[in-house]
Amino acid sequence: MSFDFDQLDLVDISRFFGRRRALSHVSLTCRAGEIVGLLGPNGAGKSTLLSILSTLLAPSAGEVRYGGRTAREIGAELRSRLGLLAHDLHLYPELTAEENLTFFSELYRLNNVRARTAAALSHAGLADRAQDFVSGFSRGMRQRLALERALLHEPRLLLLDEPFTGLDDASGRALIVRLKELKRGGCLVLLATHDLDLAEGVLDRAVVLRDGRLVALQDRVGTLRDRYRAQLHHQAQSLQPKA
Amino acid sequence: MRQFFHVAWIIVKKDLTIEVRSREILYTTLFFAVSCVLVFAVAFVREGRALTEAAAGILWIAVAFAGTLALGRTFERERHTETLRALMMAPADRPAIYLGKLLGMLALLAATELIVVPLVALLFQAPLLARPVLMGLLMAAGTIGFCAVGTLFAAMLVRARSRDVLLPILLYPITIPVIIGGVRGTLALLQDVPDVAMTRFWITLLVFFDVVFVTLSLWTFEPLMTE
Repeated sequence: MSFDFDQLDLVDISRFFGRRRALSHVSLTCRAGEIVGLLGPNGAGKSTLLSILSTLLAPSAGEVRYGGRTAREIGAELRSRLGLLAHDLHLYPELTAEENLTFFSELYRLNNVRARTAAALSHAGLADRAQDFVSGFSRGMRQRLALERALLHEPRLLLLDEPFTGLDDASGRALIVRLKELKRGGCLVLLATHDLDLAEGVLDRAVVLRDGRLVALQDRVGTLRDRYRAQLHHQAQSLQPKA
Repeated sequence: MRQFFHVAWIIVKKDLTIEVRSREILYTTLFFAVSCVLVFAVAFVREGRALTEAAAGILWIAVAFAGTLALGRTFERERHTETLRALMMAPADRPAIYLGKLLGMLALLAATELIVVPLVALLFQAPLLARPVLMGLLMAAGTIGFCAVGTLFAAMLVRARSRDVLLPILLYPITIPVIIGGVRGTLALLQDVPDVAMTRFWITLLVFFDVVFVTLSLWTFEPLMTE
């Protein structure tokens, strides 16, 4: 696997489900080593955008360029550079934590499977639960394991959909530390979240999706939550018909 | 090519590990197939005498219905935690994922058939095991054709809301030639003097269907799975 990229370009992406428009003319450029927040209310199109970036969903119009090339041009090699932590955790509850990680390591054709699996379990704080079935784990434990599963192959682009769900304060803080480590390692992280307080210190920049349209968060004074609210208010006003 | 089969193998291994632990699909499929055969046995066996010719149809109906049930359950497991999406995101050839799921299904149905074929032979006094090699080839060829289409459709419908209804509606019309081939081939073996030539003909035809169905499924799996 030799393909790598250091820039992600979304060029005029639109996606329709039947007549419903989920994304409309979304354009965005991100660079390796950035953590970009994807904010927006429920149904704004965040998960759809992450699905398109993960190559699981094709855009109806526009294209995504990974280092200047499209997913179709790159093929299966691209997927070895993508990691996804979705709302559904992509873990087999009937397998143990170790078996889950081993299965995905083999599927990704990784070497040193044992060492990687042990390191991932250690990062997830589950080294002592390696032989336990995932079905017996709490949501937070599954979330931590799922994150490490998504990171097994050291992806260049990490897509996180609500990664703070189910995490207690300590785990949330540990995730932030992990994200900062990944950023230092040159990973591009795109993080969709509603947890603005936790995301506050970790994001390099944030964009807001509303009704399928994307706007950059204005760089004003105040917390992320204040700026997000101001942006939504501004968008709502601009969408209202003028009297 | 070696990598292709390696991916298929690790998916089969994972599916069988899960099934050996839960035995959920094997038990439900077996229970359904055995119930089906018993109900027909009550209807067709009168005063201790069985309608031998009915055995062929009943055997294949039991296999088809139990297979549909197994297909639905296998992919329900992948849908539950969206693991099928995780498989699709791996940098592996996506047709290899299809092949892995197909081989897992075949192993499950083969285990069911190991119970159902002797049961039908016993209840209907049908000499199904008189020619074990031909019977085995017939069952294998028919099951591969049925599962090849079934695995593709079950994967395709995994996110559809009414997948349980849609799967048989889509699957049976396309696999009817396979089921007919299986029934006719089995009937030829059940005659007083088994028509070996006719059974071989049906096996050859089923192998032809298998090649067509598996090739088409491998070819279309990736575009059909990319929404």
